[in-house]
Amino acid sequence: MKKVFKLKDLDCANCAAKMEKAISELPGVASVRVNFLTQKLTLEADAAQFDTLLEKASAIIRKIEPDCTVIK
Amino acid sequence: MSRKQKKTLLRIGISAVLFLCGLLIPTKNLSLAFLASSYLLIGYDVLKEAFTGILHGQIFDENFLMAIATIGAIIIGEYHEAAAVMLFYQVGEWFQQYAVGKSRASIAELMDICPETAEVERDGELISVDPDEVEIGEIFIVKAGERIPLDGTVVEGSSSLNTAALTGESLPREVGVGSSVLSGCINENGLLRIKAEKLYTDSTVAKILDLVENASDKKAEVENFITRFARFYTPVVCLAALLLFVLPPLFTGSGWSVWGYRALSFLVVSCPCALVISVPLSFFGGIGAASKHGILVKGSNYLEILSKAKTVVFDKTGTLTRGQFSVTDIRPVSCTKDELLTIASRAESISSHPISRCICEASSAKTDISELTAAQEKPGYGVSVVWNGMQIDAGNQKMMESLSISVPDCSGTVVHVAYNQEYMGYLLISDELKPGAAAAVHSLRNEGVTKLVMLTGDNETAARSIGDQLCLDEFHAQLLPGEKVDHVERLLAQKETNDMLVFVGDGINDAPVLARADLGVAMGAMGSDAAVEAADIVLMDDDPRKLSLAVKISRRTLGIVRQNILFALGVKLIVLLLVALGLSGMWLAVFADVGVSVLAILNAMRALLIK
Repeated sequence: MKKVFKLKDLDCANCAAKMEKAISELPGVASVRVNFLTQKLTLEADAAQFDTLLEKASAIIRKIEPDCTVIK
Repeated sequence: MSRKQKKTLLRIGISAVLFLCGLLIPTKNLSLAFLASSYLLIGYDVLKEAFTGILHGQIFDENFLMAIATIGAIIIGEYHEAAAVMLFYQVGEWFQQYAVGKSRASIAELMDICPETAEVERDGELISVDPDEVEIGEIFIVKAGERIPLDGTVVEGSSSLNTAALTGESLPREVGVGSSVLSGCINENGLLRIKAEKLYTDSTVAKILDLVENASDKKAEVENFITRFARFYTPVVCLAALLLFVLPPLFTGSGWSVWGYRALSFLVVSCPCALVISVPLSFFGGIGAASKHGILVKGSNYLEILSKAKTVVFDKTGTLTRGQFSVTDIRPVSCTKDELLTIASRAESISSHPISRCICEASSAKTDISELTAAQEKPGYGVSVVWNGMQIDAGNQKMMESLSISVPDCSGTVVHVAYNQEYMGYLLISDELKPGAAAAVHSLRNEGVTKLVMLTGDNETAARSIGDQLCLDEFHAQLLPGEKVDHVERLLAQKETNDMLVFVGDGINDAPVLARADLGVAMGAMGSDAAVEAADIVLMDDDPRKLSLAVKISRRTLGIVRQNILFALGVKLIVLLLVALGLSGMWLAVFADVGVSVLAILNAMRALLIK
C-alpha cells in the first residue's frame, strides 16, 4: 500500500533528508520519500502494518522538526 | 507570504532596532540589556528547538549548532557578536524560506492547467461540480475562454482549441462534433458540449500534473550524493571545531577564548542546508521549465541522464519524418516540371491512395471529374484515364512494362507518367522530413551529441535519402523491431560508460527499444497513454526540436547544479580556512551558512527560466 500525505510547516531541507533516512530504517517500510519541495510524505508499506508505521513515521517527523505535522 | 513569515519578519524588525540601540547606547548595562532582549526576541525559538532537539537526541541539528555558537560567544564575552549572528541567521532563514516558497509557487503556477470546476448537465440543469465528481458519459459545457476539465468527445458546437498548456505550442486546433478533446486545452471561441470519456484521474491533465509533481521523487545521482555528503559533513566540521578548541591552546599555550571563538564560528558554518536544498530545487526548476514547453520529464534522474547524452538514436517514420508522402522530385524527359505534375495529377485525381493524394496536393491544377472518361484504377500498378481525348497512364515500373513503355532506371518510390503512350518522365515520392528535423539535428550537435543514428523498418533508398539530408552518422534500414533492439545493444556496447544513449520514437511500437536505451523519449504523445507509460521523457507534440530543447534544458540544469555545489562548498571551505587562521569572525561564518543558501536558491531558480 502506498499513500501520500501533506506535510505542514516542513521548513528545513536537511531535516527532510534526515526524516527520510530515519523512516526508511523502520522495519516494514518498503519505501519512503519526504519531499521538501512538494511538502509531501509518500509512504509505502504493508497494509496490515500501515497505520502503526504511519504513527511511528509521524513521531520521527515530530522529533526532527517539532513544528512539522503530517496531515491525515 | 505566510502568517508565520510575517510574524518572523516583524520579530526581525524589532530585534534589529533593539540591536542598533544596544550598539549605540554608551552606558554598558543599558546596552547589554538591549542586546540581550534583541538576542532573546530573535533567538527564543532557536533556543527552544535546540533544547527539545537535545531531548530527542538530535544533536547535529541546525538550531542546536546556532544555539551553542551564540551561547558560546556570550560566555567568552562577545555579546554584540552573539546577537548579530542570531539576527543574521534569522534574516537568512527568512529569505531562504521566502525564496523557496516563491519558487514553489512559480512552479505550481506552471502546473495550473486544470480548471477548479466542471459545468455538468444533470436532470436538465447546469451545475458546477468538482471535476473529480464527473462520471463517464455525463455531458459538460465549456464556454469560450475556459479550460476543458476532462477528456471527452464533442457532442455539440465547434471551436478552436489552444493546446499550449499541453504542448507548449499555441497553434490552435480546430474541433467539431465527434472530435475528441483533451483536458487542459483552452476553448478559444464557441460553446462546446462535451461528453466525458474518462474520469478526471485518468484524464490527460491529471496525469500530467501527477507526473510532474512526482518527478522530484525520483532523485538524481548527484542528489543522492549530496544527501550522503551532508550526513558526514556536519559531524566532521563539528569534530574539527572541537579539535580547534582543544589542540592549539594545548600546544601553543595561547588563549582559550581566541580558539573557542574560532571553534564556535566553525559550528555556524557546519550546516549543509545550501547544498541539500539547492540541488533538488534546481532539478525542480528544470523539470518545470521543460513542462512549460510540453516536455514531461518523469524524474530528476532522467534529466541528469539526458544531460549526458552522447548518442541519440531516432526512429524514422513519425519522428524525423511526417509519416506522410509528398512529391520530393519531378524528373520530366520531354516537357516542363509543371506540365508533368499537371498531367500526373489529372490521372491521380480519381484515386484516394495516399500517393495519389499527395500528387494532387502538390499540383496547382484542379481536375474536373467530368473531363475524365474511362477512368481505371489498377491496384498494385497505377491509374489510367482519358482526359479530353488524351490517354494518361501513371503508375509504377510494372505498369509501364505492361504498356510496353520503357523507363529509365531509378530507385525509391516512383510514379512514371505516359501521355498518349509516350513516356513523359517520373515523380519521386517520399516521406517528407518534418520541418524542424534539420534544426533539431543541428542543435543536438551543438549541445555536444556526437553520434546520431536512425533506425527504420522502411526501405534502404528512403532511409538513405533522409540520412543524407540530415547528415546522420549512421542509418539502418529494413529492420524488424527485434533488430532495432540489436542495433541499440551494439551502440550501447560501443559507447563510454558515462556517455548516455537516448532513443526517440513515437512510443507506440517502440516499447522494447525505449526500455533498453539508457533513456527513452516518446514523441507526439498527446493523448496516447501507451507512449506516456513507456517513456522516461515525453514530448507532448511531435516537433523534433523539442528534443534538442530538452537536451539544452538538461545541460543547463546540471550546469546550475554543479555551480551551486562548487559555490556552496567553495565558500564554506574558504570561510572555514579564514576562521581557523583568525582572519574572519562569526559574521562571515553566518554568511557562509545562510547567505550562501539564499544565493544558491536564487541561482537554482534560473533553471526555471531556461528557454
